[in-house]
Amino acid sequence: MPFVRLLAKRLGTSLIVLIGVSLLIFAIARVIPGDPARIALGPNATADAVAALRDKLHLNDPFLAQYGYFLADLLRGNLGTSLYTNRPVVDDIAQFLPATMELVIVAGIMMVALGLPLGILSARYRGTFIDHAIRLVTLLGVSAPSFVWAVILMLLFAYFLPIFPIAGRLSDSLTIPPHTGFLLIDTLVAGNPGAFIDAVKHLILPAFALALSGIGQAARLVRSNMVETYQKPYIEMAEAYGFPEKRIARRYAFRPSLIPSLTIIGLDFAAMLGNAFLVEAVYAWPGLSRYGVAVILRKDLNAIVGTVLIISAVFLIVNLIVDLMVSIINPRIRLSQRVS
Amino acid sequence: MKKTLVILTRNPLSLIGLLLVATVVLSAIFADFIVPFPDHQGAVVDFVNFNKPPEWPYIFGTDLVGRDLFTRIIYAYRISLALGLVVLAIAVPIGVAIGLFAGYLGGWTEYVLMRVTDVFLSIPPLVLAMSVMGLLEPTLTNGMIAVTAMWWPWYTRLVYNLARSEKEEGYVLAAEIIGASRLHIMFREILPNCVPSILTKMTLDFGFVILIASSLSFLGLGVQPPTPDLGSMVAEGAKYLPDSWWLTVFPGLAILVAVFGFNLIGDALREILGVEEQ
Repeated sequence: MPFVRLLAKRLGTSLIVLIGVSLLIFAIARVIPGDPARIALGPNATADAVAALRDKLHLNDPFLAQYGYFLADLLRGNLGTSLYTNRPVVDDIAQFLPATMELVIVAGIMMVALGLPLGILSARYRGTFIDHAIRLVTLLGVSAPSFVWAVILMLLFAYFLPIFPIAGRLSDSLTIPPHTGFLLIDTLVAGNPGAFIDAVKHLILPAFALALSGIGQAARLVRSNMVETYQKPYIEMAEAYGFPEKRIARRYAFRPSLIPSLTIIGLDFAAMLGNAFLVEAVYAWPGLSRYGVAVILRKDLNAIVGTVLIISAVFLIVNLIVDLMVSIINPRIRLSQRVS
Repeated sequence: MKKTLVILTRNPLSLIGLLLVATVVLSAIFADFIVPFPDHQGAVVDFVNFNKPPEWPYIFGTDLVGRDLFTRIIYAYRISLALGLVVLAIAVPIGVAIGLFAGYLGGWTEYVLMRVTDVFLSIPPLVLAMSVMGLLEPTLTNGMIAVTAMWWPWYTRLVYNLARSEKEEGYVLAAEIIGASRLHIMFREILPNCVPSILTKMTLDFGFVILIASSLSFLGLGVQPPTPDLGSMVAEGAKYLPDSWWLTVFPGLAILVAVFGFNLIGDALREILGVEEQ
């Protein structure tokens, strides 16, 4: 059962890291200047009221005890109340997360669907015009932050050539009963293909702006890994046997090149969760971004800790999936289960 | 070193990169002598010439209070480059040292150090910097702290992997046999062999630090006005699209040009020094 043992081991490591993340964020939130109780109640509250709230929030206890209370609450699915919205942080995140996830997942699909083929093309035609063109374009892709691409794409394809809508997730005239919060799913559940197409149109520009640097990164990695694989003796052997070039590229060169690339693609996905904040701001996308920035500017501690924790958890889950995919492709990792 | 520079100037792409970076760096250093309106870097108001499209003498147009955009972009470069220098000067030594210790010593040291690194790597870089920045006050110094906090783990990862493979090499074994101290082996034997990778990554990262810093200020969590900053210029201008397009397009392109330049050089370095893509 090497696979199950690997899964258990990776789950354990992820849990340790997640506890570490919670400790780090909690520590950052506690060492900052300013009294959370005073911030919560505003400048006009009496000293007694502040003292009472400090007691209620366990702010007078030692740091580790405070962290203990926090963990106990967390295990019960309670992240506290946001001072910004006056609602449980969990509810806020549940409301805003699906829009962000939808954007990031579509961007992730674009990254893999465009980045890998570009990388393969570049490696197969190494040193030719195709290779140079792809390398230049992908390098440009990683050379600007996603908000710059978002603005440029918006100017070109929403204003100058009005092909796509300018902002939002869905045209105002449409209302879709929320089930999952993922509009691509909800519109189909509602049996409204028109709204589905509308949602897709709203997604394309922001998702592409978000995906651009990932596409560049993925293409460049696959290229350099494949160029390296092409120099291996077994490729030479396959060529000597006269195997078709396509088969060599697909079966012998691509698969081993994918392994190191996959891990980095997982990390790029994490970067996208952060960069989604930038793209959402440009396209007025009703996701976690506006909430995240608003709570950070207001020093809304519970909400900040909750948001960062959820984003990190999503990231760890993605990395776990990537790790397992790598172990499926690469029997050496699966069988030796070395932690790298 | 000299040879590397010569090769860099022979390849057309890296030559373009060198020229771009040289232009950016020199214009930032000599900003006072180049820009047409040096006082426009601060809180100046000129309501006669506000919101002007590009025209002489405002080659990139003017912003909403009549300041020359070209002037502000050049001064913004100055701050971005300073920030990049400071961040790398702090983050690289920390990250490299931790990576060496974890990679060479192994055992518990490795386990603890690498799990701590994992913690930092599991928070999306921008989110980590945002939280640090938001909880502190948004100033230039805190911006440097925030970006440094998210940067060192990448060097730890890089050097950790290098050190793990280097320590199997014969020269390390030889040093161990003659009784060299662990510190000597880490910093005098292994480290010099990691330098090409570290240098390449630093070149690329110079661009990426500029990119992340501009992202922070785009969200309003960076350098505060009236100090010119590329990210906040784009954010401010985005409210006036598409009519006042120059407010966003020129600062955005300014980021692209600088980062692209560093990337072109880094890319060429990687090929010359034979460094693998990370």
